[in-house]
Amino acid sequence: MFFTYLRRELRRRRKAALVVASGLALGIALVIVVNSVSSGMNQAQDKVLQSLYGLGTDMTVTKAAEAPKSGETGRPRFEFGAKDDGEEQSSDRVMVQGFQTLASSTVAKVAGQKGVADSVGGLSLQVMKVSGEFKRGQFKQGQSGGATRQGGPGGSGGQPQGQVEGGGASFDVNSYSVYGTDVAKQGLGPLTSSKVTKGRTFKTSEADAKVAVADTSYAKEKKLALGGTVKIKGVKYKLIGIATPDSGDAAANLYVPLKQAQTLAGAKNKITTVYVKATDSQQISAVKATIQKNISGTTVTTSADLADTVSGSLSTASDLAANVGKWLSIAVLVAAFLVAGLLTSSAVSRRVREFGTLKALGWKSGRVTRQVVGEAVVNGLVGGALGIAVGLAGAYAVTAISPTLTAELGSGAGGGARGGGMAMGGPGMRQSAGKTLDIALSAPVSATTITLAVGLAVAGGLIAGAFGGWRASRLRPADALRRVE
Amino acid sequence: MYQLRGVTKQYRRGKDTVDALAGVDLTIGDGDRLVIQGPTGGGKSTLLQMLGGLDRPTAGSIELDGVDLAKLPEARLTKFRAESIGFVFQSFNLIPTLNAQENVETALVPLGLKAADRRERAAQALNSVGLGERLGHLPSEMSGGQQQRVAIARALVKNPKVLLADEPTGNLDESMRDEIMDVLETMWKELGLTFIMVTHDSSIARRAPRLVTIRKGRITITENSKAV
Ligand SMILES: Nc1ncnc2c1ncn2[C@@H]1O[C@H](COP(=O)(O)OP(=O)(O)OP(=O)(O)O)[C@@H](O)[C@H]1O
Ligand SMILES: [Mg+2]
Repeated sequence: MFFTYLRRELRRRRKAALVVASGLALGIALVIVVNSVSSGMNQAQDKVLQSLYGLGTDMTVTKAAEAPKSGETGRPRFEFGAKDDGEEQSSDRVMVQGFQTLASSTVAKVAGQKGVADSVGGLSLQVMKVSGEFKRGQFKQGQSGGATRQGGPGGSGGQPQGQVEGGGASFDVNSYSVYGTDVAKQGLGPLTSSKVTKGRTFKTSEADAKVAVADTSYAKEKKLALGGTVKIKGVKYKLIGIATPDSGDAAANLYVPLKQAQTLAGAKNKITTVYVKATDSQQISAVKATIQKNISGTTVTTSADLADTVSGSLSTASDLAANVGKWLSIAVLVAAFLVAGLLTSSAVSRRVREFGTLKALGWKSGRVTRQVVGEAVVNGLVGGALGIAVGLAGAYAVTAISPTLTAELGSGAGGGARGGGMAMGGPGMRQSAGKTLDIALSAPVSATTITLAVGLAVAGGLIAGAFGGWRASRLRPADALRRVE
Repeated sequence: MYQLRGVTKQYRRGKDTVDALAGVDLTIGDGDRLVIQGPTGGGKSTLLQMLGGLDRPTAGSIELDGVDLAKLPEARLTKFRAESIGFVFQSFNLIPTLNAQENVETALVPLGLKAADRRERAAQALNSVGLGERLGHLPSEMSGGQQQRVAIARALVKNPKVLLADEPTGNLDESMRDEIMDVLETMWKELGLTFIMVTHDSSIARRAPRLVTIRKGRITITENSKAV
C-alpha cells in the first residue's frame, strides 16, 4: 500500500511535487556548478604553480630581498662600441634572474633541516640578445611633411625648417630564459613539469657538459633541431632533448647543466633557488618556519604563498567562486530546503481530513508520517536528479566555452628592477617575476560533487519530510470530521 | 455492549470552554440500531467520536464489552478502531488519489493482511454494495451516492463490531439518500452489527426503533415500538 499510495499521490499531484523538486533542483544545480568551477579554478591555479615549480615541490628557498642599491650592477647594460655606420652588431648579456643568488652550499643546509625530504638547487638565468645597427641621422632642409619619417631620435617635430632623418638604431631585442638544472637530482625542480618528448634528458655524467634541452615551443620558434646546436653567449650547446610542459607554460626556454649555467652567468657556486620537498605535506608551514629560522638571509615561499601572489582574472574569478559562489549556493540551498519544507507542511494542512480519516481507520501515526516523509524524499530525489542534470549541463557548458583566464604572478611585488621598459621582475618574487599565463577554465564534475548532490537531495527531502511529517503526526483521528476545503 | 457513564467532553476555544457533551449515560446493546438526532452543534458528532474511539472524553467512561475506551492507551485505541469500528462520514472522506478498490483496502492495511487478500476482500466488499464494476474508478469519477457506497464498503470490509455513520446522507440528494439508507439497512440486517447513525432527516428518525435526541450535550431517549 505504501508504494501504491506514494505513486498515486506523486502522479496525481505532479505540479505540487514539481514545485518542491525544482526548488531543490535549483539549489543542487548551483552547488554542482559552483563546486566544479571551483575545482576547475584550483586545477588552473595548480597548473600555474606547477609550471613554475615543477611537480612535487612544496616550497622554494631564495635569497631574502634586499633594498635595491642605486647604481649597483644588475641593470642590463649593453656596451656597443661606436663602430662605423651600418655595421651589424650583436651582444649577449646573461643575467641571473632577480639578480640575487645563494651559495650552492645552501642546498645541503636546507636538506639538513627537519621535515625536509629532498632539496635541489637551480640557477635561473635571463639571456638578452641584442642585435642590430646604428645609423647616424641626416639633416634635411625644408620639405616639411614630404619625406617619410623614420623613427629614431630626432625624427619627430618638424618645427624647424629641416629635420634629422633616417637616423637611429634598429635593434632586435631577444630575451630568453635558461635554467641551470642539477643533473644529479632530476626528480625535483622546474624541469619535472615538462616531459622530454624528443631525444633524452641529461645524464648524471653530464654535470658540466655542453648539452641543452629546449622547450618545445621555443625550439619551434627558433627552429632548433634535435642534435643541432644552440648558442648561448657565444658558447655552443648540443641539443639533446625537447621538453613539452604538461600544462601551461614551460619554466624556461632552455635547460643546461647547473655548472654550465653558473659559468655562463659568472656565478660560480651560486644558485637562485632551492626547490624543497617536505616529508609531510601537512607540515609545510612548520618546515618553512624552521628553514627561515635556521638559514638566515633566505626567503621561503610555499605554494600557498605563491598562490596569494597570483592576480589577474583567474584569481578574481576564483575568489568569486570561493566567496560569492559558495554563499550564493548555500543561501539558495537553505531557501530551497525551507520552501520545500513549508510547501510540504502546507500540503499536509490541505490533507488534514485525508490523514485524519486514515487515523480514524486505525492507521498508526507512524504509518501516516512515513507516507508523508516518503513523498517528500521522492520529491527530493526527483529534485536531485533534475538538479544533477541541470548542474552537469551547466558544468559542461562552462567546459565547452572554456573561458580563458589570465594569471599574473608576483606582479607588483617589489618593483626594484622594473625600469627600462623591460620587465625583469623585482627582487621579491624571483622566478615568478611578471609572469602571465593564460589558462582555459574547465569545470570538472567529480564523483564527490555528485555524491554531495545526492546527499543534499536526500537531506532536502528529509527536511521537507520532517516539516510535513511533524505536521501529520500531530493530526488526530477526529480531524477526519474537520471541515476543511 | 456499550455502557456510557457520565460522558463529558469539553472543547477549549481560547478562554471559553464548550460543553459538547454534558454527562451522557447510555446503554447500547449488541446488534442494536440507534439513531441520533438533534439541532446543529448539539453534540451528535462528538458523541459518535467518543463511541468510535476517535477522541477521548474529558470525564466519564465508555465501556465496550467491559473495556473502557477512555482509559485505553493510544496504541490499543488505534488497534481497536482498526478492528472493531466502521466509520461512514458525511463527506465520504475517500482518498482522492486512490481508486475505489484501493480506498477500501486502506481499511485493511492496519490489519496486516497480504496484499492479495486485501485486494480480494476489497473487491468482495465493493461487490456487496453494488460497485463490482467500478473497482478502478477514482472518487472523482463517481457520483456522490457511489462514493458513499465505496465508503460503506470501506467501513464494512473489516467486519467491524460497530458501524458508525455521521449524517451519511447529508451530502446526497433524495434519490441517492434512499439508495444509501437501503444499503446501510441491508448491511445491518445481514451482518448483525451494532449500527449507530447520526441524522438530520426526520423521516429516517421516525423509522428508527430507538432514537437519541441530543441538545446542548444532553440526551433524551425515545423508544419507538412502531419501528420497522
Ligand atoms: N474540535 C473542536 N474544538 C472546539 N469546539 C468543538 C470542536 N468540535 C466540536 N466543537 C463544538 O462542540 C459542540 C458540539 O459539536 P458537534 O460537532 O458534536 O455538533 P453536531 O451536533 O455534530 O453539529 P452538526 O449538526 O452541525 O454536525 C459545538 O458547539 C461545536 O462548536
Ligand atoms: Mg456533526
